[in-house]
Parts: sequence; C-alpha cells; structure tokens
Amino acid sequence: MRADSTCYTDSGSVRMESLKLATHVQRQQYVGKTLFAHFDSHSQSSNKLFLATDKNIFASFNSRTGDLLWRHVDKVGPEGTIDILVLHGQDALMVVGGGRLLRSWDTNMGGLNWEAVLDTGSFQAACFVAIQDTVKHVAVLKKAAISLHYLTNGHQKWVENLPDSDTVQYQAVYSGGEVEVYVLGVVPNSHLTIIAYSLEDGEIIKQRSVEAPWLSSVESSCVVIGQGVLMCVDPATLALYTLPIQAEEAPQFNQILLQSLDLEVSLGFQPVLVSSQPHPARSPISEFFLQLGPDHHVLLQLNADGYTIAALRDFQPAFLVSFATTGEKTVAVVMTPKNETACDINLFSADSGRRLLDTTVIFPLDLNGGKPFKLYVHAFLKKDDSVDYRVLVQTQDHALTFIQQPGRVVWTREEALADVVTMEMVDLPLTGTQAELEGEFGKKADGLFPMVLKRLSSQVILLQAWLAHLWKLFYEARKPHGQVKNEVTIETLSRDEFNLQKMMVMVTASGKLFGIDSKSGSILWKHYLENVQPNAVFKLIVQRTTAHFPHPPQCTLLIKDKDTGLASLHVFNPIFGRKSHIAPPALPRPILQSLLLPVIDQDYAKVLLLVDDQYKVTAFPSTKNVLQQLQEMASSIFFYLIRSDQGNLSGFRLRKDLSTERIWEVVLPTEVQKIVAVNGKRPNEHVHSQGRVMGDRSVLYKYLNPNLLAVVTESTDAHPERAFVGVFLVDGVTGRIIHEAVQRKARGPVHFVHSENWVVYEYWNTKSRRNEFSVLELFEGTELYNSTVFSSLDRPHLPQVLQQTYIFPSPITTMEATLTEKGITSRHLLVGLPSGAILSLPKMFLDPRRPEVVTEHSREENLIPYAPEMPIRTEWFINYNQTVARVKGIYTAPSGLESTCLVVAYGLDIYQTRVYPSKQFDVLKDDYDYVLISSVLFALFFATMISKRLAQVKLLNRAWR
Amino acid sequence: MASVPRSFLLLSIIPTILILCADFACCNTGRKTGDGLDTDFSGFSVPLEHSFEVDDVSRFRMRGALQLRGGRETSVSLSQSQLSEEDRKTLKEVAAVDGLYKIRVPRVSLTDRQTERQMDGYLTAFVRACSLVESHLSDVITLHTDVSGYLIGVSIVTIPGACRGTEVEDEVDLEAFNTTLTIIAPTNAPQPETALFIERMDIEHEKRGKPQEQKSFFAKYWMYIVPLVLFLMMSGAQDQSGGGAANGGGR
Repeated sequence: MRADSTCYTDSGSVRMESLKLATHVQRQQYVGKTLFAHFDSHSQSSNKLFLATDKNIFASFNSRTGDLLWRHVDKVGPEGTIDILVLHGQDALMVVGGGRLLRSWDTNMGGLNWEAVLDTGSFQAACFVAIQDTVKHVAVLKKAAISLHYLTNGHQKWVENLPDSDTVQYQAVYSGGEVEVYVLGVVPNSHLTIIAYSLEDGEIIKQRSVEAPWLSSVESSCVVIGQGVLMCVDPATLALYTLPIQAEEAPQFNQILLQSLDLEVSLGFQPVLVSSQPHPARSPISEFFLQLGPDHHVLLQLNADGYTIAALRDFQPAFLVSFATTGEKTVAVVMTPKNETACDINLFSADSGRRLLDTTVIFPLDLNGGKPFKLYVHAFLKKDDSVDYRVLVQTQDHALTFIQQPGRVVWTREEALADVVTMEMVDLPLTGTQAELEGEFGKKADGLFPMVLKRLSSQVILLQAWLAHLWKLFYEARKPHGQVKNEVTIETLSRDEFNLQKMMVMVTASGKLFGIDSKSGSILWKHYLENVQPNAVFKLIVQRTTAHFPHPPQCTLLIKDKDTGLASLHVFNPIFGRKSHIAPPALPRPILQSLLLPVIDQDYAKVLLLVDDQYKVTAFPSTKNVLQQLQEMASSIFFYLIRSDQGNLSGFRLRKDLSTERIWEVVLPTEVQKIVAVNGKRPNEHVHSQGRVMGDRSVLYKYLNPNLLAVVTESTDAHPERAFVGVFLVDGVTGRIIHEAVQRKARGPVHFVHSENWVVYEYWNTKSRRNEFSVLELFEGTELYNSTVFSSLDRPHLPQVLQQTYIFPSPITTMEATLTEKGITSRHLLVGLPSGAILSLPKMFLDPRRPEVVTEHSREENLIPYAPEMPIRTEWFINYNQTVARVKGIYTAPSGLESTCLVVAYGLDIYQTRVYPSKQFDVLKDDYDYVLISSVLFALFFATMISKRLAQVKLLNRAWR
Repeated sequence: MASVPRSFLLLSIIPTILILCADFACCNTGRKTGDGLDTDFSGFSVPLEHSFEVDDVSRFRMRGALQLRGGRETSVSLSQSQLSEEDRKTLKEVAAVDGLYKIRVPRVSLTDRQTERQMDGYLTAFVRACSLVESHLSDVITLHTDVSGYLIGVSIVTIPGACRGTEVEDEVDLEAFNTTLTIIAPTNAPQPETALFIERMDIEHEKRGKPQEQKSFFAKYWMYIVPLVLFLMMSGAQDQSGGGAANGGGR
C-alpha cells in the first residue's frame, strides 16, 4: 500500500514519476544572516522588504507574509561580498566584492538596471548625492579615490585621486544636498582631514585639516547631524566633539564634556552614536542617540546654535534604538525589556522625546532563541496623520521576526538554516498505544496474576484509544472537509506505518539547533546555543534511538573550537529539543577524536569515547557498568587518529585503565602530498549480498571490511603535469595499506563516497581539463577467507582491486550514496551539481567490471558495456524544477520501506524528498485492482468447494455401483 | 653461565640469512631494466626492529636489517637472525596474554640521494603475538612507498592469521622467521579509455557496413513523389476539362 495519496495513475512515464515525487517534496529557501535591510518606502502601499546578507545574496520579501519574492545569489567568498546596500526610490544601489562592482537593481521586479566596474581599491563608503532636491548621483569612496556615478545609467561622472592617501585614512563621505561632496579622512591620533569636492567636475574646492589627537577612526566614533555638523565621541576624555564641516570659521573641535550633560559611560564601554539622514537631498536631523552602556541610550539634540547639546530623554534600560521616518515625521524607536519573556517597543517623537501614545508593540522573547540584535523599522502614516509602524527584529541567532501592533508576530524566518553544518534523521516515537504495548513486553515479568492484570489494563487502554479515534472520526466527518486541520505539532508526532516521517535534527553554523518534521517541513523545536564560537566544528551523534521505550532518545552534539580544540557536549532529546538532565563530562583538554562504540549501557545508550591530546580516553556515559564493559573489551577497541598537518595516521588500542597505546603508524610525507579527506563507512549500512554472481555462475565475493578507511590526498606540487590525487585504502585497526592508487595529472577538489566494497571519487583532470569519476571495487576473489565473521586482524590476503574511470560532463559540489533498510535495493549515487540539480546516478554505471568488449558472460550479468563518458540524463534529476542553491551536503536515511530512501539536500536551501533506486518494488500500485483480485480469489475458493463436493458425490456413486 | 656463550656461538656460526624476494609492482612496465642509472642507487640498509613485551610497553630490539635498493627497479631484501631462547620464551608469554608483536622501520626515502635519506620517526605495524606463534613465525612484511619513493607504511600479517589457541610445542618452530618480504609502490589509476572506445566504435561501424551516402530528397523518395505528381496532374487535367465542359454547357 502506498503511504501517500497521489492522484496520478500512470506511473510508467518518467514525467509522471517526477510529478509523483512532488507530492512529498519540500524545498525551503533561505538567504542567510542579514547585513542590510530596507523597506520599500517608495509607495505607501508597498509591502516589499529588501535584504542583503552575508551569503552574498540580495533578496526581496513580501513583508506581509515573509515569502521570498526573488533572490539573487552571487558568487561565494569575497568576490561576491555585499559591501553596502542603499535604497532610493525604485533603485537599490549595491557595491559588491570589496568595491569591485557597483550595481543598480530595479526594486519592483528585481532586475538589474545596470552594472559598473569600479577602479581597484578597497571600498570605504558610499552615499547618494542630490542637487536641488533630486538625487542624481551616487558617490563611492575608495581607499585612494572618490568617484561619482550617474544613478540612471551608472556612468562615471568623475573620479579623483585623494591627496595623501598613504597617510590619511579616508573613511566617510557626506552630502547634504549642496553642491559639494565632503570626504572625511583621519590620521589616527593626529588630525582630521576634510576635503570638499565640486559636484560638477570633481575639483577640490576646499581642503583643511583639524587637530584631533583623540580621534582614531571616523567610521566608529563620528556621525554627521543637523546642518552638516560632525559629531564625535571620545571614550578617553568622556566628551563629545562637534565641528561644522562646511564652515571655514571653526578651526577646531568644540568639546562638550559628558559630565556637563550629567551623562556617564558604563565602565569599559565604547560609546556609540546613532544618527539619521531621512533623505539624501536634505541634511540629517539634529537629534541623535548616544549609547552609554549595553542597555543605556540617551536621545540628544544639537541646538540651533550648533554648539550646545540638550538631552531630550534618557532610556535605561533600552536594548536597541533606531530612527524611522515617514513623510516629514521622524520618530525614535526604542526597545526596552518588559519581563523575562517579552520586550516592549515604543515610539518617541524625535524632536521632543515625548512618547507617542498607543504605539507599544510587544516583542516576545524566545527562550530558545537569541537576544535582539538589530531593529529595522517601517513607519507609515495612518489616515489621521499619526504614525504607525511595523518592525523587523533581527536576533543573534540570525532569525528575523516581523511584528506589528499590538505585538502580533506576522512572520518569522529562521535564517540560521541557510548554513546547516550537519544533520541526522531520528525515528519518531511510537504512539501512546504502541508504546504501551512495547512497554508491556519491556517490563520484567513478576508472576502470572500481575501479568494478566497488566495485559488487561493495556488492552483497556487500547480500547479507549480506539474509541477516541472513532469518536474523532465521527466528529470530524460532520465538519466540511476543508476545515479538518492536519497540522503537525510536537504532541501529535508519531511514527507512521512505514517510518517515512522522521525528525530532522539540523545543526547550523550559528549554533542554533532545529528539529524539523520531514513530512511537512515545519520547525517543531529550536534551541540556540549561545556561547558557540563562530569557527566551531560540530559533530552530531545519536546515542540512543527511539527504539528503547521508555528511555527517551538521546543525541549528543560535540562542539569543538577549531583553534584551541577545546570541546563541550550538549546532550538533548532529538524529538523535543529539550536539554537532557544528564550531566556531560567536563573536558578540560583539547579533544582529538570521538568515537561511538557499539557498547551500550544499562539504559541502552551507546557509549561515546573522547580522546584528548594526551591520548587519554573519557567515556560518556561513564557509569560503573560502562567502565566495567570497557575494561572487558579494552583489548578489542582500536581507534585511529589523523593529523593531516603532519601527514600522520596512527592507530591506538585501549588499555584496561582507559589509557591508550600506539600500535601502528603510517606517515605520508607532507612534502609530497597532503591528506585532504578521510572517510570510513557509515555504521548503519547493511550489505545484503556478500558477493556477485558472475556469468559463469561462480561467485565473486566482496571485500567487506567495516574498518576500512579511504584516505584521499592531493599533491603539494600544483603543476598540471605533476599534480596528482592519491587514494589510500587503510585498515583502521591494523594500519595496513590495503590499496594505494595514484591518479596522475589530477587535482581537487575531490569528492568521494565510501560504501560497501567500493569507493567512488571525482576529481579534476588537469591535462584534459575535465571532471572525471573513478570507481574502485574490492573483491576477495571467488573464495571467502572466513565466511562467518570479519576480523581485520585475521585477513592475511590482500583483496583484488578493480578500477575504472569515466568522464563526467559537469563539475559537482557534493556526493552521497543512497541507503536503505536492508541493503537489498540497488544503490544510487546522489550528486549535487553547481546548477542546483541533484542527480540520482545508478551505481550500475560506476562499475569497474563494465566490459570493454561485450561477451556472453557480461550479458548474462547485465553489465553495461564500457563507455568513457558518463551520461547525465535529465530524468535522473530528483529535484525536477526545484533547484537547491549551493548544495553543501546530502543526507540519506533509510525508511521502513526497503525500496525507499529519504534524502535531504542542504546548502542555502533545504530540500527533502524520497528516492526509489529500484522503483517501488514493495509497494502496490495506486491502480491496483483489489476488487478483481479478491473476486477471483473468492470465485476460485467457491469453485474448489463445489468441485470438491461434486467429486465426493461422484466417488460415493461409484462406490455404490 | 654456559648457555649464554653457546647461544652466542649458535648465532655467529649459523646465521640463517633469509634473502627473499625482489618483487616490484607496476610503474616500470615496458622500461628496460638494468640501465646505467641503476648503479647510482647503491643499496643501503636500515634496521628492522621488533618489540613484544608482556606489559605492552614498547621496547624495540633489532630483528634484522633491510637491504633497500632504490632506482628504477626497487628491491628489498632482509637479513635476520634467529630468535634467542629468551625471546622465544617471551614471545610465548606474550602470546598467552594476547599481547602484540610490533615491528618498526625508520622513515627513509629510496630515491633521494642528495639530502638525508632518513627522516625522523618510524613506521610501525603490529600483529597479534599468538598468531605469529601459531603460524610458526611465518610472516609477510610489506613495505609501501609513495610516488616519490618515500616509505610511508609497513604492514605485517601472518599466514594463517587466526589464533586458534593451539599450543606450539616444538621450540624449533620458533627459532627462525620464515618471512616473505615485498615492497609495493602505488598503482596508477586508470584514465578514461577514450582511444579504445573510439576504436571499438569504428570497428562496429565498419561491421555494420559503410554508412549509406546521403541521398538527395528526390533520390530517396522519387517513388512516392512521381505518382503523387502524376496523380495531381491527372486530376488537375480532369478538373480543367470538366470545367471546360461545364462552361461549354453554359454557352
């Protein structure tokens, strides 16, 4: 029976097959951490939101729903970095790639208006330049030059070199709607340089320098407010400094001590100024915020004389502040903590500091999320001319929450999911009734009578559940069909018949963990780990699956700092996301290796061993039972360590006292080659057939060494003629090099999959300039050495190694093999392509026994004749039209159906589907004719009954005769 | 007191030297051996050490000397002495507690003549002591080199490799090693076989016979076109004549 309902009956055609897939497929698109966000203020009714992110993406969202309207994915790395995003009218201006390109986008459709290549030099600042109230130009300040571009076509009006750019650090550019553009530069702790350029031809009109021995950076400590007054804050002297930019008559900064305003800076805090320039054609407002501490802000106003400052309002505590402008009104937006679970956001009139009535918005603080990080406010005028607003809150976990009055969360986007690092799929728990039955068998027997009672009680519970189910069916049948909700919540989660629905536990680079239902794609739980370093390495381990009721499933996340190697453990329940009460061990020393043993403790949790830099071993959980088991098994516990910087592979054996001894060592000289990747086999992999039946009916046995490691190296010599890729197959227990192959004239990046008795790797052929696939298969030969059990210590003969190479017509980004419950289904390789497509490549095409010349035997074996080029057939794309941008990894998990493998591709997007490598051989077709089959069965049954009776009568008659 | 000099005597008088094997894998197929270059690479010797202790703390002792010859034809031979009585006893003790028998060789380069051949560090491998005892010291030692001739790994296995717990009574069986020694260089992974494939395709094409020349459209379909044209002409003529007749009738 099919587990899902599809309305297509013709499953023969490939197109239908793809459509069928689409019924249980999800794709979620993400953009990453927001760097710049702007609301479309061009028209009042517009509901667009524009974001530029750290993933080099420029995207537009519908602010009512949070749906992605369009998105432009640029190159990865510094080449595509978005330096700045500014919005004016219908144009979105963007400087990309560290000042390489200036782009203008049409905000309506998301099309590119124009693109201009800028002169070399690192980007500093950019601003719009207006003449007579119309914005016509954009000024781009580089380290050593300033250029002015037309807004309409991107053509350069003029470019000028900045004087003394080797000593002066130019950091800001300012235009207040006059005929000059001002460039501000600083010689740290010496003086400030102000240069005024003519808009017309880029001529220097004025140039002057002002003494400022306290100033080290314009960017971080200065803003322009009011009628072109530069306002700076100095944390050392605890003073504000003002300087009119245009005026000639002020040769030096005017100092205003913070003390004179009754203000005090928190200890060790670097004060920050926040200002606002609502329109590029006009000068900034004369009000500004001064942040004095982590939760202390003051709204200040520069008086009309341009020298004195008035404090309008003191905000303490206040986390975040921002300005927003609509029409002629500018308001200050302040976020203040309300209680443990919520924050208040209020509007204040910018020019008076008075609180505007009925403007409070409550922002609910997620206990499993990060703290608010930034506010983006969209203010608009209501019909009665009062200001209303919606606010986008960015939290530290990269989540975006859009709220409107009085605190309704319109939508939330979990942008941390744009950077999934690792994931696991965990079986869902059984339903209450199933669990009850399981529990009955799990409990220890204590006499006949209690057993009977237990059985009766569990059957009563079953009956109850059944009645409740019936009642629910009856109740819902009366409702119109559309109203019956099938929403998945954490309470209703239960395993389905074929275990097709699972919990996807995803770990993101920001340290936020997610539990996502694989069927609906909805986030069921999230947990933000606050003190995770940005360069941390994660390893997710499932210590106990859902199978051990009543013990809850248990996952452990190993978080390791890449620089120091210090690690910590986060133990949690993967179904509910709750942190486990089990205390993880303290790990004072850097951790080199972690390994999950098949040993289980009395609570059915697998034992995790952590090896520190002194080769001491810590076990988790470390109960007495576990330690005792470890002592007994110590001599058969081996592990390996790889130090790729030294080219060193070494093996260790556990001693009874949990210390270790080094037993083998292989050294690959780093002068020749460096280790780029090491991969063992997946522990949950099953191999159904031990060998392959050949054409002459003999069996070629597979070399199935569970301890085999595939080590891939790249040569240090990058010359195309001498470069090579090395593939070593090393036994992880004995350190024996099983096979050693060198792919000449090849270079990485190498992607490879190691499974069963084969290794498939992909590399770049430097001579022929193409991507190539190579497959290695290992066979023991026609006789097995020891057919009952495999031991690395007792396998003296080296396996036969077969290898073939093919041309692949596309580069690839990642590769994984399908995985099924029992390993009967043929395997496919899932290949992520840079185009975003995921290719399901039958392993049959990657078989080193593909014959050059077709023979009777090879035909018997169904071997495809060798062809040097690997085809890419469009029907092999499993994601059809739903491309996955920047695929980083593919995760496969078996389902309860042998034919079905669950696939999750993650990168910028997350995509979930199922694949059937051998078609759905264990599933009846949708159009299966139950009526015909059962009627035939019944007819046959009655026919036999009747004929039997007739035969009996006949026999009786014959006997009487 | 007397036993020590006697064993010493034994060692010095009958040094069973096992010189085994000059096996070489790949890389130089088709090349002439014994070129003049070969003489540059005079063989050199590195120690092969072993360690077997009841307490599992490594104490490496000399087992023999490996004679390595680099160059085009890499070869290796091993000269080793017998196990002393004390060693035999220790080995059996180690085997009884399921200890390990470890060997190590220093990291060397077979080809590098200019710089120091020897680098710091060793390559280590192990085998269960019991399997060594039960196989009567018949072991297979394999040395692995990388593309540029550095030794990168060593492995040791015994044949048979299993520990069945059979007692080795005869002390003589544990006196001399019966070692098979090989040195393995990396194999070259195959490139896509384009040339062969094209050749095969060509042959297949030829088998099928020469491809038919591209005939012109008319040459191919004249048998359909001519009747069609004829038919059209005929019917047209009939029409005209019919029309003419009608006209005539009207007049």
